[in-house]
Amino acid sequence: MLEQAFNGLVGGAFFALLALGLAVIFGMLGVVNFAHGAFYMLGAFGAFVLLDSFGVNFWVALFAVPIVLGVVGVVLERLFIRRLAPLDPLYNFLFTFGLTLILQDLIKSRYGVQSQPYPRPSALSGSLDLGLFTYPTYQVFVLAVSLAVCALVWLALTRTRVGMIVRAATEKPELTRALGIDVGRWVTPVFGFGIALAGLAGVLAAPMRAVNPLMGADLIITVFAVVVIGGLGSIFGSVTAGFAIGLVSALGNLYVPALSQTLVFILMAAVLLWRPAGLFGREEALS
Amino acid sequence: MILSKLAARPVLLLFGLVAAFALPWLIYPPVAMDIACWALFAAALDLLLGFTGLLSFGHAAFWGGAAYAAGLIAVHWGVPFPVAVLGGALFAAVLAVPIGYLSVRLRGIYFAMVTLAFAQMVYFVVNQWRDLTGGENGLQGVPREFFGMDLSDPFFFYYAGLPFVLLGLFAVWRIVRSPFGRVLVSIRDNPARAQALGYPVERYKLLAFVLSAGLSGLAGGLYAISHGFASLHEVYWTTSGQAVMAVVLGGIGTLWGGAIGAALIVELNDYLATAGFTETGLVTGGIFVVIVLVFRRGVWGTARDLIAARAARRSPAAGTDSAAAQVEAPDRQEVTAR
Repeated sequence: MLEQAFNGLVGGAFFALLALGLAVIFGMLGVVNFAHGAFYMLGAFGAFVLLDSFGVNFWVALFAVPIVLGVVGVVLERLFIRRLAPLDPLYNFLFTFGLTLILQDLIKSRYGVQSQPYPRPSALSGSLDLGLFTYPTYQVFVLAVSLAVCALVWLALTRTRVGMIVRAATEKPELTRALGIDVGRWVTPVFGFGIALAGLAGVLAAPMRAVNPLMGADLIITVFAVVVIGGLGSIFGSVTAGFAIGLVSALGNLYVPALSQTLVFILMAAVLLWRPAGLFGREEALS
Repeated sequence: MILSKLAARPVLLLFGLVAAFALPWLIYPPVAMDIACWALFAAALDLLLGFTGLLSFGHAAFWGGAAYAAGLIAVHWGVPFPVAVLGGALFAAVLAVPIGYLSVRLRGIYFAMVTLAFAQMVYFVVNQWRDLTGGENGLQGVPREFFGMDLSDPFFFYYAGLPFVLLGLFAVWRIVRSPFGRVLVSIRDNPARAQALGYPVERYKLLAFVLSAGLSGLAGGLYAISHGFASLHEVYWTTSGQAVMAVVLGGIGTLWGGAIGAALIVELNDYLATAGFTETGLVTGGIFVVIVLVFRRGVWGTARDLIAARAARRSPAAGTDSAAAQVEAPDRQEVTAR
């Protein structure tokens, strides 16, 4: 039971990292990035390719892959996302959907659909005695990294000048501009940062989840549901909901295994019925 | 000038009907049937996207849900295939009531996310309910019963199935042209104003959603019967995306453009499959990206713009009289913050 709860939190750690990236991108650009799952998948493949072809270990990949993907995100924003930004947000959603198909099949054409093996880093291979039960060290590490990253982002958003600008631009972009702040300057770095977070989640997933081209797409749709539950346009809500949904689905899986995959969507339906803007959302998102 | 404009409509209609009837003579009949089904699917989706301003990214739930429902009805009850197809459409419409009820509360991009999520839920349910749906193997051996007639030849089945598609397309056209359709367009363009005029916006959106889902189900049910099976692919998110792609490629809010977009995509997929190319996402995704970046008006929209531009050059005064001008494609490029 307690162990299952822990599993849930580890699963929630991935939801939270992905939801965080989606939320900052959405807040700053108004873009729902369908390709977020594809970048998560690229993160995992990045770690795999670095180890398999170049012998570069997990620790280097943990930093290198998110940075590279962040740069890819910056280029993507500069070349395409920016061009579509003044139009209806649906177009960027459709653009990133097309991009997802391309990225998925690009990887599929090279590596096929079967899962690639990725060993756990030796320093994290054993189990930890957590008092009531023993738990794989690697999973504890994933949870710790995710919590630390979410906390750091939270600190950056609330305590730094950049964070202040991002929050202001998220809430009232026009007013922020009117106060003489160059919002446009921060759009590209924030997009790159969001993509880097997806890449980080992917690297973290490589040693414990199946590394295959389709690993991101199904996950990202679940994360969309998480974001809707947490609250439309709320960064805090998205992260909190990420961990909470991980926990709830793991416990749900324990008692009603048949619902393991659908529970999150049932929760989403319940939240929509009760609070259409989500648990921490603002009413402006509604029609 | 006006005379040629009046004549243009029946000519186009005639051309469309001839094309629909001639299709299995021109191309491989099963592919012709796929095109017909996808054309109706795209038109039904355009009813929402083009004429109500709602991007549903979860229509695979209705297309695929109806495919399974029609398949199950045909397998277990052995009824004539039209009953199974209509049963599938009804199932899709009923399924759309709770999903639509919850989704129409959200607008713009959130609506897309929520419909996508609900469709994924339907996918998981179909995948897990193996006893009923066959899980990953799909639902096999769906019969094509029609009072003992032999419909196994795809060429003949095309003509057996075509009335459903034409009926569905007529329904979409009729809905768009009705007073109800006009209210939908006003909701698309200015929901606050529609509300202020006393129209219950959410109820209109819900009804449009259910109608669109039912018509998509009609197409999906027919698709399953024509293939003799229903597969998980029909409820997967890529199917929702492909339907949206057909609409955007044909031209959002052009109604018949969706049919052209659907035909192009089905043909392309068939060509790639025949050529043994398995990474279809590279091509379809690439096309999608290009359309979104540089060809947002779609085939039909672009053609209509060109014709309108020519007409305007000839006689600057004409060109704004037709009723179609009021219902035509929303210029989404001008609709920014939703």
